[in-house]
Amino acid sequence: MNAPERIEGSDTLVVAGRSYRSRLLVGTGKYRDFDETRRAIEASGAEIVTVAIRRTNIGQNAGEPNLLDVLPPSRFTILPNTAGCYTAQDAVRTLRLARELLDGHSLVKLEVLGDADTLFPNMPETLSAAKTLVAEGFQVMAYCSDDPILARQLEEIGCVAVMPLASLIGSGMGILNPWNLQIIIDRLEVPVLVDAGIGTASDAAIAMELGCDGVLMNTAIAKANDPVRMANAMKLAVEAGRESYLAGRMPRKPYQASASSPTEGLIKSATSRRG
Amino acid sequence: MRIDCLARGRVYNFHMTAPIRITVNGAPRELPAPLTFAQLIDELSLAGRRLAVERNGEIVPRSTFGDTRLADGDRIEVVMAVGGGE
Repeated sequence: MNAPERIEGSDTLVVAGRSYRSRLLVGTGKYRDFDETRRAIEASGAEIVTVAIRRTNIGQNAGEPNLLDVLPPSRFTILPNTAGCYTAQDAVRTLRLARELLDGHSLVKLEVLGDADTLFPNMPETLSAAKTLVAEGFQVMAYCSDDPILARQLEEIGCVAVMPLASLIGSGMGILNPWNLQIIIDRLEVPVLVDAGIGTASDAAIAMELGCDGVLMNTAIAKANDPVRMANAMKLAVEAGRESYLAGRMPRKPYQASASSPTEGLIKSATSRRG
Repeated sequence: MRIDCLARGRVYNFHMTAPIRITVNGAPRELPAPLTFAQLIDELSLAGRRLAVERNGEIVPRSTFGDTRLADGDRIEVVMAVGGGE
């Protein structure tokens, strides 16, 4: 084998100054139980896992295990999110609580939703929350629409990563607008991660082939028939898509076929025709 | 003045100080005073759990639980990390 040796760890995702081997980020919702959560996340190889912040149940199941016992912050980068927040104020409040919960950890996922049916982001509120959070020292990874101008504004505010949607959260519809994602990837300096809408492994590979820095998903793994197996499929797809992007695909040549085999030395019968 | 206050199935007898009425995660509670945040967490059977607390919209650092007292009318939020993605 004469293939060049790949230097382990040379191609890493760098977010807020920290390097990660895995470019797959996963959510922790919608699993049957904590055991399935743990097994799927192990199989995904993800190093950054996102969690929601909610009121503690009081007087119920006092001895129940805690998600952070299953996914210890010593092993994973815990990315608290603002899922379910519809105003900048609620998102900021949630993340201040998250920072206290995680002993001052400042890397967060901001999302401010605009509509309960589509879960589309409310971008004016997202921009407003991002400004406040950056001023308070948070390292903000911002979920956003696939509008290149708004994505750039998030970068200008000081977000450490910008995370445009592929399609609606939890819809599994895949990448609806690769062209907009491409513009965002090409124009931003900070990492761009495709977040939301991935349905299956090929969607993740396509996202990575576009040149994005990573993919964040939850439902595509948790709601697969076999979540642990799908987690592995996503891991492989993200790796394959990244390798494909780095390798550089051949140019598309519409309507121009080009045989891979030599055209010389073909056996010919008298009746054969040029193809 | 003597007050009997029922909290979590126990009767507290105490003198001098009236109980405080607070809201915890949206539910009203009446608890004996004086009460620190550390005592509140004990009362809620949450001691030792990883959580964060907010009083009237402001974070109460865990390092201050032992010597910060609750006041009548406080609105308290106690949160934890749960499974969630987007």
